Amino acid sequence: MAEMDTSSGGGHKKGPGVKKGKKLSTRVDLTPMVDLGFLLITFFIFTTTMSQPTAMRLFLPKDTEKPEEQNKVKASGALSLILAKDNSIFYYEGELAPDGSNFKSTNFQGIRDIIINKKRSTSPDDFVVVIKPTPDATYKNTVDILDEMTINEVKRYALVDIFDVELQLVKASGK
Amino acid sequence: MPKVKVPRKSTTIDMTAMCDVAFLLLSFFILTTKFKTPDPVQVTTPKSVSTKIVEQENAVLVTMDKEGKVYFSVADENKDQKSELIDMIDQSKALNLTAAEKKAFLAPGNLIGVPFTQLKSYLQLSPEQIKAFKAPGIPVDSANNQLVDWIRAATTAFQGKTMRMFVKGDNDAKYPSFKGIIDALKKNELFKFSMITDPEGVPPGTDLFKRKEAIGAKATDE
Repeated sequence: MAEMDTSSGGGHKKGPGVKKGKKLSTRVDLTPMVDLGFLLITFFIFTTTMSQPTAMRLFLPKDTEKPEEQNKVKASGALSLILAKDNSIFYYEGELAPDGSNFKSTNFQGIRDIIINKKRSTSPDDFVVVIKPTPDATYKNTVDILDEMTINEVKRYALVDIFDVELQLVKASGK
Repeated sequence: MPKVKVPRKSTTIDMTAMCDVAFLLLSFFILTTKFKTPDPVQVTTPKSVSTKIVEQENAVLVTMDKEGKVYFSVADENKDQKSELIDMIDQSKALNLTAAEKKAFLAPGNLIGVPFTQLKSYLQLSPEQIKAFKAPGIPVDSANNQLVDWIRAATTAFQGKTMRMFVKGDNDAKYPSFKGIIDALKKNELFKFSMITDPEGVPPGTDLFKRKEAIGAKATDE
């Protein structure tokens, strides 16, 4: 027990033959109760779920073969994000330069500023983000980048297949 | 010389306050949490800022584990649709399932993660065997995307009701599996679906944060 007997042996006597009934303490030792309480707390923490899962909605565009039905994207307002291995992101603004000079690399910490900057510098009607996950990207990366669209209130974005040229550039950069 | 007596102090600590705190926390945890349901497949979902709570009714769930294996399941609440679904799969794929095998499909918490060729033998397994069974996953590659058939059967079974399509994926699942699921949905003209995520706070300073501040933190993604 977490209690030590510190009383100094019975206390003093009033005199010879005086017997006093020992006063019992009304104090209850709560240590076991505290132990039990915390044991139950740990049990509940480990066996229950705190937060309910939430759902994130995604709207897919309809695949269409006819070019006139496809959404036109102004090249200057486009920001392409390529999700690669090990949580890295490659991006370029507008169209990809033939020599790959505007093909830049970043990560999930830096991508928000890039999106914000691009959003500020382009007119809202032209701004569109194109997301291209490579086969090495994980599902988490995909959800994170879609989440980033919600966080930065990007109204128009698309999840599209990656081009071979971009895949080669990603490979060439060693990721 | 009189001896100076140092009064001995008791080492007993009053535990009442601590006891109060412990039980306060305990009641808090009991009231705010709910028990974990044992998942047949371990999936750690990614975090997102979404605030929409997942609803169980009329839900069709596609699960993707960390190796990218794909599983298909229908909410336990929808027994009629489930039995209709398995009848349809049975007919279209000519699997000759018996009534007992169809009943096995209706078992609560059942996740289908086998190709059609193995479906019959999978449904013959006992609950103990299922626990030890290592499912190969439903094929979702572009050459053989069997999830298309599952989802087609589900959309037919849920006709007249609003079907909620959910995708629950693991953090480490690779994108090609997810792409296979998207393709399967697209082929069935299902362009809206939800991804199950864990809630996360909105990072301060961003546009969404500012908007939520402006309308008093009531904003949910519509």
